[in-house]
Amino acid sequence: MSDSRIARVLLPAAGLALLILLWHFYVVTFDVAPAVLPRPTLVLDATIANWRLIVSEGWITLLESLYGFILAFVLGVPLAVAIAGSRTLNLMFYPLLIATQSLPKVALAPLILVWLGTGIESKLAIAWLVAFFPIVVDTATGLRNTPAEFLDLATSVRANAFQTFWKIRFPAALPFVISGSKVAITLAVIGAVIGEFIGSNEGLGNLLLVANSQVNIPLAFACLIGLSAIGIGLYAAVAAVELALKPWFGTTGH
Amino acid sequence: MQSPSAGEDVSARPFGVLDDVGKTFPASSRGAPDVVALDRVTYSFRQGELVSLLGPSGCGKTTLLRIVAGMTRASSGRVEVRGHEVTGPQDDFGFVFQAPNLLPWRTVLANVLFPMEIAGRNDAAAKQRALELLDLVGLAAFARSRPHQLSGGMKQRVALCRALVPGPSLLLMDEPFGALDELTRMEMQDLLLDIRRVSGTTVVFVTHSISEAIYLADEVLVFSKRPGRVIDRIRTGLAYPRKPELRYSPEFTALEHRAGAGLGVVHARSAS
Repeated sequence: MSDSRIARVLLPAAGLALLILLWHFYVVTFDVAPAVLPRPTLVLDATIANWRLIVSEGWITLLESLYGFILAFVLGVPLAVAIAGSRTLNLMFYPLLIATQSLPKVALAPLILVWLGTGIESKLAIAWLVAFFPIVVDTATGLRNTPAEFLDLATSVRANAFQTFWKIRFPAALPFVISGSKVAITLAVIGAVIGEFIGSNEGLGNLLLVANSQVNIPLAFACLIGLSAIGIGLYAAVAAVELALKPWFGTTGH
Repeated sequence: MQSPSAGEDVSARPFGVLDDVGKTFPASSRGAPDVVALDRVTYSFRQGELVSLLGPSGCGKTTLLRIVAGMTRASSGRVEVRGHEVTGPQDDFGFVFQAPNLLPWRTVLANVLFPMEIAGRNDAAAKQRALELLDLVGLAAFARSRPHQLSGGMKQRVALCRALVPGPSLLLMDEPFGALDELTRMEMQDLLLDIRRVSGTTVVFVTHSISEAIYLADEVLVFSKRPGRVIDRIRTGLAYPRKPELRYSPEFTALEHRAGAGLGVVHARSAS
């Protein structure tokens, strides 16, 4: 058993190392210009040389993503509860919600910039916008898919609608809320970066644009490393919450 | 003819009365005939009795149980328990489902206390009773465990405790041991009989196992295939407490044979 555990850590690391090696030999063999694709060691140098800058700009992007996600969660879960709890609200808004899913939210970014300016508000709004839908849709899905036998139990003990909701339907939907959050938190980072791309003078997205315009490709790569660290870190945080809740949900509902 | 008024011995009055109870489900597609799940069952049982409803899958026995429980409405006829018509689930009914149906985010104890919590009676006495019941079914050490840490038989014991914690006067059980292995199932049957001996609860028990139906019951109602109707009523006449050896006795085998003949799985014994 410990074999597979070690393998689960070592094999992805080996995969990454292999890719970096391929990258390195590709650049060396074909003598690719650093302005097009720098060697991995150059990227490493750039990351180390600029680490303060990457951390301070990354911190801004991290906060934008996190606040956007929190806003999406705080507004999304109650909306899902309202939709799942009321047939009228459901009919009014659920089709709309699904329809807006097909709208590329990025297309709204320029408008949001006009409305909210180039400060943190616009980044937050875009991060919120992209993170909002998976949370609402997954939470609502979870609330509507309460195992029928749990509802049967509620009937048999004469639980009223309020009790059925808070003691059965809502806790039963929590795994869905978490899985929606996992998607949402990753999207929030993308939203924040898009916001920075479109109009900003701070954040990793902005630094990436600046590095690009100066043809400082190693720095651009360093920004990418910073962004993936943020994405992985936030995702890991949600996954940790999921792991902590695991004992509460066991394997299945039975 | 007795008048059902003054002077009548209350204990002789039936505890539960099923009067012409039928259930028809609307056709699933247009033009198809409605599905008769249960065809006019009339029956009564006394307080403290254990009645088995035995029949093949889809014979409507679970539907009948749910109608008695007030969880499904009958299409025709009426059900009375203790002189009152059943129109919905009652506080003093306990229901045990086919699946343990434990809430995975609650501890074993919190699962047992669930009905008390819903009824707003989750006090120290309720907790005391829940712990006693868990002790009775041999799960005292698991009060703080989560359902996923338990085996199937243990989960169904917890479900039994949950149904018993409000001290129900009628316990309704829907093939509760159907998913358990043979040995666990036999243990659970003895456990149920023990609990009934102590609590005096009236039990209606749905099963598709001939031997289970007979081993548990004072009376077995044998149902035909859909539409479900009662084709035989077997008073087992076997003394309680029942011992596992009973299953191998001639009178037990004879009862099994009679039930099997009713279900059409064996030929009826010729009268000799």
